[in-house]
Amino acid sequence: MAAARTLNMSEPETPPAPSCSQLFWIFTRIALTSFGGGLSGWLLREFVQNRKWMTQEEFLNGLSISQALPGVNVKNMAVWIGYRLLGWRGAIIGFVGIIVPPAIVIVLLGTLFSSLSRYPLTHVALTGAAAAAVGLSLSMGITAARALPRNAFPIAIMAATFVAVALLHWPLFWVVLAAGFVSVAYAYARAG
Amino acid sequence: MSDNPHTSLLLSLLAVFAPLSLVTIGGGQSAIADINRQVVDVHQWMTQAQFVDAFAISRMAPGPGSLLVTLIGWQVAGFWGAVVSTVAIFGPTTFLIYAVAHLWSRNSGARWKRALETGLRPVAAGMILAATYVLLQAIDGGWFARAVAFASTATLLWTRVNPLLLIGAGVAIFIALHAMSLV
Repeated sequence: MAAARTLNMSEPETPPAPSCSQLFWIFTRIALTSFGGGLSGWLLREFVQNRKWMTQEEFLNGLSISQALPGVNVKNMAVWIGYRLLGWRGAIIGFVGIIVPPAIVIVLLGTLFSSLSRYPLTHVALTGAAAAAVGLSLSMGITAARALPRNAFPIAIMAATFVAVALLHWPLFWVVLAAGFVSVAYAYARAG
Repeated sequence: MSDNPHTSLLLSLLAVFAPLSLVTIGGGQSAIADINRQVVDVHQWMTQAQFVDAFAISRMAPGPGSLLVTLIGWQVAGFWGAVVSTVAIFGPTTFLIYAVAHLWSRNSGARWKRALETGLRPVAAGMILAATYVLLQAIDGGWFARAVAFASTATLLWTRVNPLLLIGAGVAIFIALHAMSLV
């Protein structure tokens, strides 16, 4: 699968697919440096903007599906990206790379926590890190919103989803089901 | 490796977390309340205070927030507890996304795929913005934190700077504010 991709030299914009170890280290690095969430923002930056292994279009499609399916989004996204780039091996690499290293870290942090939490500066520093990390989520959200077609319907769906989840605190499952159903049905009807 | 009580504990961890993995739509947040109820009220593996501590650690640790479950498994049943809980919360849905990714790579059903892709985009955008809004509400540090968050957002949108530098800057700003007794 990797070979088939590298043979496609007609598009000079697309660099050759990554190697397994390269992919593993990227997922591991992102998993270990993503404080305060916003992992999909990191993934977008790495895979689309820096390495250009996927288009923004492909990335946002995968992200939408990852969000609509059950399962932690970023794990879904890592499996999706891994599969796209390196087939089943990439999917396994995505899963292991995004889960195992931070799982080890959280256990270590849990054991260290009692000694760390004695210093108030720890909490202050983590708050600063978390505040800056919100930028990753927000810039991801703005990128996704700006990529929508400039039509009333998708924008209304986005606004309704936001209001239902953020302000009304409706259960995500039903919001995704209802908004997803209406929106996909509309898109299907228009595609015909 | 383990005696019988331990094995049955591992099986209960699996039985609690594997079904919960299926309700983690749109991120792990939706499952937290259920995890709390199961771990503290139903099974009494932890006290409420222990659970809140574990939750705080999962917020400050890097990686997916659902690793909270790994930490619970570790504290309840050691190494194998951590392994079993992690597999239970992340495993089942991985097969689902794998199957969908596989279907997507084939060329059949183009109209449905396009409809799903374009139809789910606005829902995803709304969910990401809502999650960000909730994060902004929950964060300590008031308007200083919000100012750092917005500055970081603008920098990420308009420059190619490494996000780690921004996080380092956030830490430095908050330590400076703390030194001036502002936070």
